[in-house]
Amino acid sequence: MSDVKTLATVWLDGCSGCHMSLLDMDERLIELSSQFRLVYSPLVDRKTFPEQVDVTLVEGAVASEEDLKKIRKIREHTAVLVSLGDCALTGNVSAMRNMCGPQPVFVRVYQENADLQRQVPSVGVPPLLDRVRPVHEVVPVEVYVPGCPPSADTIYQVLSELLAGHVPTLGGVAHFG
Amino acid sequence: MNAEELQQIAAAAEEERGKFDYEVNVCMGTSCLAQHSDGIRDAIEKEAEGCGKRCHARRTGCMGPCAAGPMVLVEPAGILYGHVHEADAKEIVASLGAEPVARLDPQLGSYFEGQHFRVLENVGHIDPEKVDEYVARGGYEALLKGLTEMTPAAVIEQISKSGLRGRGGGGYPTGLKWDTVARVKGAQKYVICNGDEGDPGAFMDRSVLESDPQRVIEGMTIAAYAIGASKGYIYVRAEYPLAVQRLTVALREARRRGFLGYGICETTFNFDIDIRLGAGAFVCGEETALIASIEGKRGSPRPRPPYPAVSGLWGDPTLINNVETFANVAPIIRNGGEWFASMGTARSKGTKVFALTGRIRRTGLVEVPMGMTLRQIIFGIGGGVPDGRKFKAVQTGGPSGGCLPEEHLDLSISYDALISAGSMMGSGGMIVMDDTSCMVSVARFFMEFCMTESCGKCIPCRAGTVQMYELLSKICRGEATRRDLDQLTELCEVVGATSLCGLGQTAPNPVLSTLRYFRHEYLAHIDEKRCPAGVCQCGPPPRQADLTGTQGAAVEVHA
Amino acid sequence: MSAEPNIRTLNIDGVGISARADQTILETAREHNIAIPTLCHLEGLSEVGACRLCLVEVKGARRLLPACVTRVEEGMEVTTHTPKIDRYRTLVLELFFAERNHVCSVCVANGRCELQSLALTLGMTHVELPYQYPQLPVDASHPRFTVDHNRCVLCTRCVRVCSEIEGANTWGVMGRGAQSLVITDLKEPWGQSETCTSCGKCVQVCPTGALFEKTGATSKVRKHPEFLPYLRIMREGE
Repeated sequence: MSDVKTLATVWLDGCSGCHMSLLDMDERLIELSSQFRLVYSPLVDRKTFPEQVDVTLVEGAVASEEDLKKIRKIREHTAVLVSLGDCALTGNVSAMRNMCGPQPVFVRVYQENADLQRQVPSVGVPPLLDRVRPVHEVVPVEVYVPGCPPSADTIYQVLSELLAGHVPTLGGVAHFG
Repeated sequence: MNAEELQQIAAAAEEERGKFDYEVNVCMGTSCLAQHSDGIRDAIEKEAEGCGKRCHARRTGCMGPCAAGPMVLVEPAGILYGHVHEADAKEIVASLGAEPVARLDPQLGSYFEGQHFRVLENVGHIDPEKVDEYVARGGYEALLKGLTEMTPAAVIEQISKSGLRGRGGGGYPTGLKWDTVARVKGAQKYVICNGDEGDPGAFMDRSVLESDPQRVIEGMTIAAYAIGASKGYIYVRAEYPLAVQRLTVALREARRRGFLGYGICETTFNFDIDIRLGAGAFVCGEETALIASIEGKRGSPRPRPPYPAVSGLWGDPTLINNVETFANVAPIIRNGGEWFASMGTARSKGTKVFALTGRIRRTGLVEVPMGMTLRQIIFGIGGGVPDGRKFKAVQTGGPSGGCLPEEHLDLSISYDALISAGSMMGSGGMIVMDDTSCMVSVARFFMEFCMTESCGKCIPCRAGTVQMYELLSKICRGEATRRDLDQLTELCEVVGATSLCGLGQTAPNPVLSTLRYFRHEYLAHIDEKRCPAGVCQCGPPPRQADLTGTQGAAVEVHA
Repeated sequence: MSAEPNIRTLNIDGVGISARADQTILETAREHNIAIPTLCHLEGLSEVGACRLCLVEVKGARRLLPACVTRVEEGMEVTTHTPKIDRYRTLVLELFFAERNHVCSVCVANGRCELQSLALTLGMTHVELPYQYPQLPVDASHPRFTVDHNRCVLCTRCVRVCSEIEGANTWGVMGRGAQSLVITDLKEPWGQSETCTSCGKCVQVCPTGALFEKTGATSKVRKHPEFLPYLRIMREGE
């Protein structure tokens, strides 16, 4: 149990709130840091996903082709995939556009609400999927951590257990929203 | 009304018949009427007048072989013509007393072989709007016998002895039901006839109501006497306008003759019946939803107990039986419960009316003894599958039933045998399918039916049917995975186990039975992206069809 | 005890319990702190048995029975939790979540929602079934209240409280199946309803964020369905 595990975090279509909550663990991060090595994350500088990662925390829903490619690749190289927060496991706010599809959202954001250059960007940005999906609809997921965001305590509990080699279940502990 | 008067009515009707040498009975069931059988009857009447033959052109109810309609039955010779046109009237009249018109032979083959008419005994022989014609064929003898010679308990005893079980689908012993309601104390009790026939492909109750409404009224009146009810309702779906019209006339006629109203048959027994029209909801065939509908409320079911027998219409004890169940009552009282029980299997007695439809040569209404095999009905009476195709499955029991494959063709029809095979008797719809049918699509069709007919009250049925329908659609499109199939199976179990009423509880049955007998078709759709029957468009999906495709749309806006 | 004719002795989850003959399994269980999840049930209103979460196993019964409407019987053996029942309840709850747009994080009832807490107590962390994302209206025409059909679970508490307690019969249900909607009058905008007394009872009993009071901040949205049994007792006392 003493071996140091590799940890990755990834940010798909979400608000980064789950990552903030992760940081909210404060000094407990230091306590945990002796047990894991953060190998890939929006918080670190590495650009490519490592060959094999023990635990990956996923924040956000699958909303674009980029997300889809990313999550499939991550799944391939991850032992335990954790859906972190409501966007990853329900679609949450990201998926609210599913009621109308992406088209009206484009119009609203890039045309009606824009002051300059009223056009929908199509170069250099990943195309959106027709439907935003929770992570587990696209790839298998091992651990589900509900919450918007999940509290620092919850994340601490999840990480502690994972680093101890257990697969935690959050039923009865954390709720949506 | 007493026995003497009853005989007088019968004698008068006979005398009326005696004025004619010939009777030409023209079917006025919905399907023949749709082919202008009323014009045929008028033409025959006119033709007969013209040539001076003493011929009575009678309007009758459905004669059974609907596929060969419009049907004409010539009596006393007993010649049946099919596919008759108005232009044939002259020839038919000319043939009276001479050789039959060979080219109008309906080619029914063995259609009537093995059929046994009890419920349909008067069908094709009487004018459904004339109560006296019903009386002339023994009608209302049973009511008179019951009211004047039997106690209510004795009536129930005969029904119990007969082994009659509910013909609406559930198969609950009718005698037991009557006995329960009879034993419940209540100043006011009700009898309700459930005519909200809604299964796709079923038209037994409609035909009985259209062809012989007095039989149902008599059955209800006997039931009312047995349980002590003074008020009855016939709940008919509004989509059956002809049945409603004939019932309306029949009720008026029955009242006129004193078979309904105050002091029926010179006893102190009072009973009357009103018609209530369904507003097009399948779920109203469920007894508690039907009661709510009659009460003027939203037609949604409520949990049982309390059962309607204890607390039904307006909280009073209520007996609900199906049209065909009531249609079986009069002959049982007339001939005794043992007579009825002499036909059928150990636990399913008497006959059952089936509506044969789908890929079958002779579509129509048949009445067969319980215990007959599916093969005898489909290949003997129905003439098998047309166009040289191969039989694949028969669907019984409507959206609550299941599809049985070829290896079950020798199954003897009974409530219990059908249930153990994964289907059910249901109200009597029998849809035959050949090898051009995709069983996943069939399951999807029935699921769509349940989804749109769910009342929305309980969550498993309201939302579960939607989820199951979408999974079935996904399988049909060739986009499903094995995981989807597992999810479908799980939903079937949970929706069946947790739904409030019969609609939701049985909604998974078409899926479960097709999964049981035609699993390979599901797997072909899932693993090989192929529909074995060639019905579904399920080629390899455009890569991630539902995941991509926004790019084009975005460019469009940009441009 | 058995000499008392209206007392029944039964067994719930292995515990011997006695109850009045007119009590339901649910009432009896709750009196003895045995938890059975419910959603459409609310003390003080009639039972509809629609949410199917309170289904329990009764020995000898062919099917699972809703605890809210099933009366206790002598010698009854009830089991409120088995792996099978728990699995059914979770899937039923998933059906609720997938059916409409329950976005807890931006819902006015977040943290005070009965559906949300059911997911917590039943240990449901995610929904396997695909979400339906129907397009549903929000009616904010009433000066004090709003109805958001995205959050409605069709428990019909509003319909029942309006009819049984307030007597206004403003609320009803229209459509069928997944198209069912709770409506005011004949689907008039709530603000134009001539029968609504604006008593707000429907808002108080609504288990989710479907009916809510227009206040400045969502954190102020507190509901007090506990007024119902009290009101009943007071009325009966008169």
